[in-house]
Amino acid sequence: MTKLNVNGNAVEVDVDPETPLLWVLRDSLGLTGTKFGCGMALCGACTVHLEGQPVRSCQIPVSAVGDKPVTTIEGLSKDRSHPVQLAWIEHDVPQCGYCQSGQIMSASALIEAKPRPTDADIDAAMAGNICRCGTYQRIRAAIRRAAEIKSGAA
Amino acid sequence: MSANPSFSRRSFVGGLVIAISLPACKQSPKSSGELKVIETNAWLRIGTDNSITFLCDRAEMGQGVYTSLPMLIAEELGVDLTRVKVEFAPPGDQYINNLIGGQITGGSSSVRDGWEKLRKAGATARMMLVSAAADEWGVDPRSCKVANGVVLSPQFKKLTFGEVAEAASKLPVPKNVPLKPATQFTMIGKAQKRIDTPAKVDGSAVYGIDVKLPGMLYAALAQPPTLGGSVKTFNDEKARAMPGVVAVVLTSSGVAVAADSWWRARKARDALTIKWDAGPNGALNDAKVSQMLRKGAAGPGRVARNDGDAAAAIKGAARVVRADYELPLLAHATLEPQNCTADVRADGADIYVPTQVQQIAQAAAAKAAGLDPKQVKVHTTFLGGGFGRRLEVDFIPAAVEVSKALKKPVKLVWTREDDMTHDAYRPPAFDQATGAFDGKGKLIAWNLHLTGPSITARMFPSVTEKMVDPFAIEAAANYPYDVPNVHVDFQQQEIGINVGYWRSVSHALNCFVAESFMDELAVATKTNSYEFRKALLEKQPRYLKVLDLVVKESRFGYPMKGHFHGLAVMEGYGTYMAQVAEISVDGGKVRVHRVYCAADCGQQVNPDTVVAQIESSVIFGLSALMWGEINIQNGRVQQTNFDSYRVARMTDAPRIDSYVIDSSESPGGIGEPATALVAPAVCNAIYTATGRRIRSLPLSRHRLA
Repeated sequence: MTKLNVNGNAVEVDVDPETPLLWVLRDSLGLTGTKFGCGMALCGACTVHLEGQPVRSCQIPVSAVGDKPVTTIEGLSKDRSHPVQLAWIEHDVPQCGYCQSGQIMSASALIEAKPRPTDADIDAAMAGNICRCGTYQRIRAAIRRAAEIKSGAA
Repeated sequence: MSANPSFSRRSFVGGLVIAISLPACKQSPKSSGELKVIETNAWLRIGTDNSITFLCDRAEMGQGVYTSLPMLIAEELGVDLTRVKVEFAPPGDQYINNLIGGQITGGSSSVRDGWEKLRKAGATARMMLVSAAADEWGVDPRSCKVANGVVLSPQFKKLTFGEVAEAASKLPVPKNVPLKPATQFTMIGKAQKRIDTPAKVDGSAVYGIDVKLPGMLYAALAQPPTLGGSVKTFNDEKARAMPGVVAVVLTSSGVAVAADSWWRARKARDALTIKWDAGPNGALNDAKVSQMLRKGAAGPGRVARNDGDAAAAIKGAARVVRADYELPLLAHATLEPQNCTADVRADGADIYVPTQVQQIAQAAAAKAAGLDPKQVKVHTTFLGGGFGRRLEVDFIPAAVEVSKALKKPVKLVWTREDDMTHDAYRPPAFDQATGAFDGKGKLIAWNLHLTGPSITARMFPSVTEKMVDPFAIEAAANYPYDVPNVHVDFQQQEIGINVGYWRSVSHALNCFVAESFMDELAVATKTNSYEFRKALLEKQPRYLKVLDLVVKESRFGYPMKGHFHGLAVMEGYGTYMAQVAEISVDGGKVRVHRVYCAADCGQQVNPDTVVAQIESSVIFGLSALMWGEINIQNGRVQQTNFDSYRVARMTDAPRIDSYVIDSSESPGGIGEPATALVAPAVCNAIYTATGRRIRSLPLSRHRLA
């Protein structure tokens, strides 16, 4: 049995130790908000936070997680109130939406690390998240807005 | 759609239909206890608790129908959009897309198809609800008003839609109910918040890949590595011994492994040893594809447009310009890989699937299950991208067959590699353009000979039996320029593999050719790209308007230092569009800084979605332009994942400025057209920047990207 700390909850799963964290989250824990897009850390759809850092869960064997806190999109807030979620709603960012959990997890880690991200910061933090619907322009605007919301600006 | 779907039982009582929901819903205080849900029409469900549900009969794949279609009905019905819940509709003839002839989401047609139909349904329902309320009060229905789902009597009595829905459903259905004039729209034409956004920012939106059923198994599928190959023999000893594996099943699509988790199924699949029959395409490669098209181009083609006598005009012309263009196969690369969840029982089946074709999916599942289509329920989920990929049903039969064999629900998911190497690719093309001038330098003839495989001949053969493939001649047959002799034809040349509809279909192929070649002709007469087109569009006011608008907003011809502009114009799906691309070439590589897009799409429904779709289409077109190509060697697709099939990322995205003309003309489609103008606009800019004419894509093959 593997013990994990996911979204603040202590859970136990019975999986092969090399199972990627992505599939443990989705299939064992029913947290399907984190998505499968490529299986090779190329698309970013599987992005979660591990100790607050954005990671590609498709490439992390569950045996490597230990007791480090894992945060998924479901755990970002109880009620869509995280500044990134608020900004995403304000700008109606998602189209098909499949990449957006990953985008939001990357973006939320970005503004935590850089409260006033520059375009270069945004490029660097978000280049790993593919959006086939091409919502990049809105993601950029929403990240700036999220930073504003987080800092308490109007 | 919830991952644990609730059921509704229906009882048909004469002509009255009442659907009764299981008591998960809250009770209405006024009712005798049990909540009833009335089927007001094919799309509207009104609960006695005044809940309003819209059954969305089109797939939501990002293009926003989940919001724009309910807007059409809500506008006329008289309810605020925030009160409308949306569910996906089942297959049914009442949901047929009249522009296509089946329950199909595609061709940028959902709003165009729903424009009159859904508004009429809303207005008719409103009239019947008001009549029922008026009957109860004994007043003239014309003296009643509606405010957000409540009918108001002249004496300010109130009845909710929920309270009169049942009585309304017993009334005769009025014909020819008048619709609101555009001046009275309260919702249509004004930006509305997307109804699906909240679920897409908190991880709760359910895509096909997320579906979970009680007792469900997971499956992975080994498909033939060559396109059109098949299984000869296989050894599953190792696979069957692996942890969690329940069974190995030979299906019509390949060998499937079912296990208690997808990861285990996938691992066991990789442990199969399979001998494949390479099939008819075992020797296929890029060179052969190109040869087949060039050879096929010797054929006469089926005529798509014939004004005057282009051949004669060209023969006698003072000057003739000729150019050949070539375009590659492309993958759809939806971010959600293909998948299907099937629950097959003796008496029927349920499938849960991200599909653009509910009825075709139902038929495919029924065939695979050995059932009648009426016994198959299709639950459409959100789609993690469509782009035409989910018009195919190739990912359905294996899931159904495994479920049938194991007598359990099964979710079969493709890997990215499965998906990339097993697509119905956007067709390749070999196109020959000819322009002829008279002695005064006037363009007197235009000839376009298009060669390529036909998607429609495979998917809708009854169409191509009667006429030239309409989906091969878009942005070609409708050549808008004032030229007396115009000839366009399409020569079907198959290449041995299935090709499929890809965002904007042949607009993407033909607009690249037509608008690049128009620039070649402008250059030949030493005329500015804008002036050359403007002079030939005098009789086309809607084209002229978008052309002038984009030229003005982009300051076409006057970019900042080191930047260069290129232009393209097109009509597609009833929408007129013009784009200017602003590029630079740095270190030999093209960088697209800005795309300006002017659009006339008639009456907009959700203007925010119109802009979003222009932005979306531009990025999609940009990916294909820069890097998009599918290569085949020994019958095998060489691209396998996003490392070998590059697509646009945040760092590649230009700034996109959209200028949408206010209009109350009939809506034009907006999900696709902008994709087609990116390539010619950028390549025309490349010519201006470098003097190099690009006649084949992608740019990466020219080391420009």
